[in-house]
Amino acid sequence: MTELAIHVEDLGKQYRIGEQVSGYRTLRESLVEAISSPFRRLSSGLSGLRIDIREDTIWALRHVSFDVQAGDVLGIIGRNGAGKSTLLKLLSRITEPTEGIATIRGRVGSLLEVGTGFHPELTGRENIYLNGAILGMKRAEIDGRFDEIVDFAEVEKFIDTPVKRFSSGMYLRLAFAVAAHLEPEILLVDEVLAVGDAEFQRKCLGKMSDVSQEGRTVLFVSHNMSAILNLTERTILLDGGHLVLHTSSEEAVDHYLASGFAQTGERVWRENEIPVLAAPFRPVALRVLDSDRNIADSLRSADPMAIEFDYTLDEPITGLRVGLVLMTNRGEYVFTSFDTDETKKYEQYSVRSAGHYRSRCIIPPDFLNAGQYTVSVIASSFRIKRYFREDSALTFTVDATGSPGSQWPEARPGLVRPRLDWQIEERS
Amino acid sequence: MSLVENQRGDTSLTVTTLRPSRGWLGVNLGELWRYRELIYFLIWRDVKVRYKQTLLGAAWAILKPFFSMVIFSVIFGTLAKIPTDEVPPPLFYYAGLLPWVFFQDGISKASTSLVTGRNLITKVYFPRLAIPISSVIAGLVDFLLAFIVLIGMMVYYGYRPTTAVWTLPLFMLLALITSLGGGLWLAALNVAYRDIGYVTPFLVQAWLYASPVVYSATLITGDYWQLIYGLNPMAGVVQGFRWAILGVGQPPSGFLIASVAVALSLLISGALYFRRMERTFADVV
Repeated sequence: MTELAIHVEDLGKQYRIGEQVSGYRTLRESLVEAISSPFRRLSSGLSGLRIDIREDTIWALRHVSFDVQAGDVLGIIGRNGAGKSTLLKLLSRITEPTEGIATIRGRVGSLLEVGTGFHPELTGRENIYLNGAILGMKRAEIDGRFDEIVDFAEVEKFIDTPVKRFSSGMYLRLAFAVAAHLEPEILLVDEVLAVGDAEFQRKCLGKMSDVSQEGRTVLFVSHNMSAILNLTERTILLDGGHLVLHTSSEEAVDHYLASGFAQTGERVWRENEIPVLAAPFRPVALRVLDSDRNIADSLRSADPMAIEFDYTLDEPITGLRVGLVLMTNRGEYVFTSFDTDETKKYEQYSVRSAGHYRSRCIIPPDFLNAGQYTVSVIASSFRIKRYFREDSALTFTVDATGSPGSQWPEARPGLVRPRLDWQIEERS
Repeated sequence: MSLVENQRGDTSLTVTTLRPSRGWLGVNLGELWRYRELIYFLIWRDVKVRYKQTLLGAAWAILKPFFSMVIFSVIFGTLAKIPTDEVPPPLFYYAGLLPWVFFQDGISKASTSLVTGRNLITKVYFPRLAIPISSVIAGLVDFLLAFIVLIGMMVYYGYRPTTAVWTLPLFMLLALITSLGGGLWLAALNVAYRDIGYVTPFLVQAWLYASPVVYSATLITGDYWQLIYGLNPMAGVVQGFRWAILGVGQPPSGFLIASVAVALSLLISGALYFRRMERTFADVV
């Protein structure tokens, strides 16, 4: 009987709604809330409106219990907002649980992001030491593995160059190299393999399976089902903060794919998820549509696609603009666009009366390169008030099949994949 | 987070128990000590980045107190003719400004340190105290650079250090404690209430005039006022600094005890408040 590495019992984490979006408060907000809450309670009592202060909280994770044997590699899957990252944050002690208990035997290394604490002004060498120390390595350990790290990252020539001059590929390689050389007994990994080019991803997967063969315990969050199947034997499936399944990885992945859990093409806001401060703006749903106007989370770059946002205004709003920020999952901005960017629309919708609305943004064909994207939504009146913002409300994948150059099966660097007009002339 | 760590004889693995914590927590000095290399690297990063990022780099450490000294000498020395204890005004102001600038930079940097270090706090665990501690200590490097200029000025004006110069590190320690204590309070408050970012500059400015930087502490007379004055630890620091190095003013007397007591209680209460708020940092920052 092997030892337990992790024992989790009835773990739960409660957030105040909006905390993840705009966490800090101004003193004024606290004061206003303190003063107005008795009135709000009073008025809700009088009008029978069901507004309760307690509804401002949400359980990101609740009643989660599981055990991990030492040396096991456990996969964690679930759609966005299922509580995967919250679970890793709890286990790595970044934030503390609201209820329940977890017992962990061994040193924990967490890799929730590659390159945490990297400073652009510092050189590759300096960042290796800094990042190593942040991840919990002793200076002597870093000294001992320095050459190995540089080799893995393939950045020998630039090791004394500030990393702000690195290409994004080099930067990621270096950042992952440091993390890959951490040697804790328990490693918590969050979706870091989704970054970087295909070849580097393969290399990282290789390094990850080395890690698990060394008998270390690994908890591995991913949306990449083939990585989950390759690297893990057992997997837990989370949904809405609850543990749905804890079983063999094959079974968990099958269940996940078959029961539509993977559907990430739509984000629907539940009543209790909407921040009180958003009023009178109420987000309803955000979805990504393919060329046939079906909700999709995987789209072809060569086809047109659309992102549509449904929302309700309880009162008229002057100067409202509703928009999207599209980013790659590596955090690079692709564009920011508002529905009233056009002067004509801006004048036409200078005041939006109360009612239900849908703002749809058409993304032309041959625009986005292959990769994963996240959509953030914003509703604001310029320089007056930001009613609502949700970062990474939705993610989707773009596939390059049929795009220019797809006869060559290679990853193309770049945010866009335009169909450009090339002219070839033969010149004597 | 309440934490039980012990060494199990059979496997010698650290066992960590995570559960919700309540109320006030002590400061885990042992853990802070285990993370001393991280604190060292954070200090090293602060210093290195500051000197790399700016055009004049390390020169700012000297220029900042130096220009303040020039301005004070012209306005308070030449125009307002505030007595400077028979010391040439430039030397008088510069000697007062050195510990003051160290304190001011420390408290300001510490107060914003958690918000600036947001990406670390939300991605990795380590004792959060490491962040404000390293931002205050990083200021010592600036101080040492500026101190070289002070030595130059003393040579120029023909001043020899007094025999009490050995007490200088003690006054700097008092400045460090005060700066860190105030910094911890402001840093923890700043995470929850960003208004603190606007309050800090006013607070620091008011504190400057409550300390004998632009004037001499000898202007403050009467036991009663001295006692009140002693409640400001920086008054003791600045006055003691001038006394130790230039031999002017009175030696720090009984009111220094009040200063030390205030500084220590600021540090202890700051650390406790910080620890109490710490559990929510990653969620709200």
